[in-house]
Amino acid sequence: MTDFIRSLGRRFLNSIQRLGRGNLFLMQILRGLPSMVLRPRLVVQQIYAVGVMSLTIIIVSAAFTGMVLGLQLFNTLQGFGAEQSIGSVTALTLVRELGPVLTAIFFAGLAGTSLTAEIGLMKATEQLSGMEMMAVDPVHRVVAPRFAAAWVSVPLLALIFSAVAILGGYFVSVGLLGLDTSVYWGQMQAYVDWGDDVVNGIIKSIVFGFVCAWIAVYEGFDATPTSEGVSRATIRTVVHSSLSVLALDFIMTSLMFGD
Amino acid sequence: MDNKDDILVKIRGMSFGYAGRQIFDNVDLDIRRGQITAIMGPSGTGKTTLLRLIGGQLKPTAGTIEVDGLNVPTLSHRELYKLRKRMGMLFQSGALLSDLNVYENVAFPLREHTDLPEPMLRDLVLMKLNAVGLRGARGLMPSELSGGMARRVALARAIALDPTMIMYDEPFTGQDPISMGVLVKLIDDLNKALGISSIIVSHDVAETASIADYVYLVSGGKVVEHGTPDTLGHSGSEWTRQFLDGLPDGPVPFHYPASDYREDLLSGGES
Repeated sequence: MTDFIRSLGRRFLNSIQRLGRGNLFLMQILRGLPSMVLRPRLVVQQIYAVGVMSLTIIIVSAAFTGMVLGLQLFNTLQGFGAEQSIGSVTALTLVRELGPVLTAIFFAGLAGTSLTAEIGLMKATEQLSGMEMMAVDPVHRVVAPRFAAAWVSVPLLALIFSAVAILGGYFVSVGLLGLDTSVYWGQMQAYVDWGDDVVNGIIKSIVFGFVCAWIAVYEGFDATPTSEGVSRATIRTVVHSSLSVLALDFIMTSLMFGD
Repeated sequence: MDNKDDILVKIRGMSFGYAGRQIFDNVDLDIRRGQITAIMGPSGTGKTTLLRLIGGQLKPTAGTIEVDGLNVPTLSHRELYKLRKRMGMLFQSGALLSDLNVYENVAFPLREHTDLPEPMLRDLVLMKLNAVGLRGARGLMPSELSGGMARRVALARAIALDPTMIMYDEPFTGQDPISMGVLVKLIDDLNKALGISSIIVSHDVAETASIADYVYLVSGGKVVEHGTPDTLGHSGSEWTRQFLDGLPDGPVPFHYPASDYREDLLSGGES
């Protein structure tokens, strides 16, 4: 029994320590961000690596999400004779919720894990130590550009996700199920508000981007420098990012739309 | 050790430990300018840790580590990074950046710390690569290099900023005789040609002793003995003899401490 309590206490203290280390690490990264302005090439390279490379999967999954959404909504709303509102419901669901949330979760699984593995392996092969000894701060040179790139990429990918998914919904409801084009777009125009819906969705994805980027680079940097350590770190990236995104989404939704 | 200015690295009363394990206990050590100083000892005695302590990647629990008159553990982040520009370190693995080719790896510290125009940078990189005999390999990626070549590229990178000292972490481990010979010659030549102070951490006794001016033998967290390779070669200490001659048994027992063999076998089942 005492052993159990002791191990519980140790795990709790470990998590608090990790959280503390993570925050200190974040401060280091944030201090490194201003220097990125002078070296935009480093960030652009990483945006290509993490953002552009995720584009295909984001577009494909967005198209299917939009198509499924169009199909389901058409069938359900038709029962109430309300199929005209498909356009607005699809767009609201996407820009407020599904766009930011799904993009962040896909991003964590794709780019987040690759960032964690890359940084973790650089640590395991002493590349980060090597940089330190060359008087190059690895947090500024390696971590900060990757963090900035991931943070910038998530909101952009979320916008692309929502746009493509709306087109997917259009393809099914208008193209296949025969809804009128003007009804689809007209309803959307009438009921989707720029500030309340689109901007709030963008704010969400900026927050998700920040959290996913932070978790991915921290897990890599804090990984035990062995193959097992790196593999555990990538798993933690997916789990922690996904759970944080879902929890933060609930909090932000209640703050933004909870009145 | 008479002339104070002659000493580049001065370690006094240094202790270090982590996770409840004492690695160094009250160690005194001097590295002289322009010399090759070898730090030898059995595996697991913290030789690499010593290099990390000198480089400021770890902080000792007690004592001072002065490099060129600066006490490394008390330096600020900025001061430490400034000092590191004058230190080169050759990691056992080479620690080359795996996404850059040989040329870019050697150019890396120059690009980070200088604003040299590209043609001048190119000349410098080629000169450094030529010094290690790998000018022709500039286009290769680190994954295409043999272990010995990777270390030579890392050496070219370590001398890119013309450091005052270079620390070599097990430079000869796992090398074939030819690569080993090349590395021994390179370290010796660079030390003489560039007037660099070198610290070699190694347990390859013959190779290291052949080029070292001074040797420290480290074991059990302490400096066991120090002197020129010649004086150590005639040492009366049993431990030194066992280590230098590579004898399987002696003051350092063959067996890891264990309970009585007979009892252990008869105790039945419990591991």
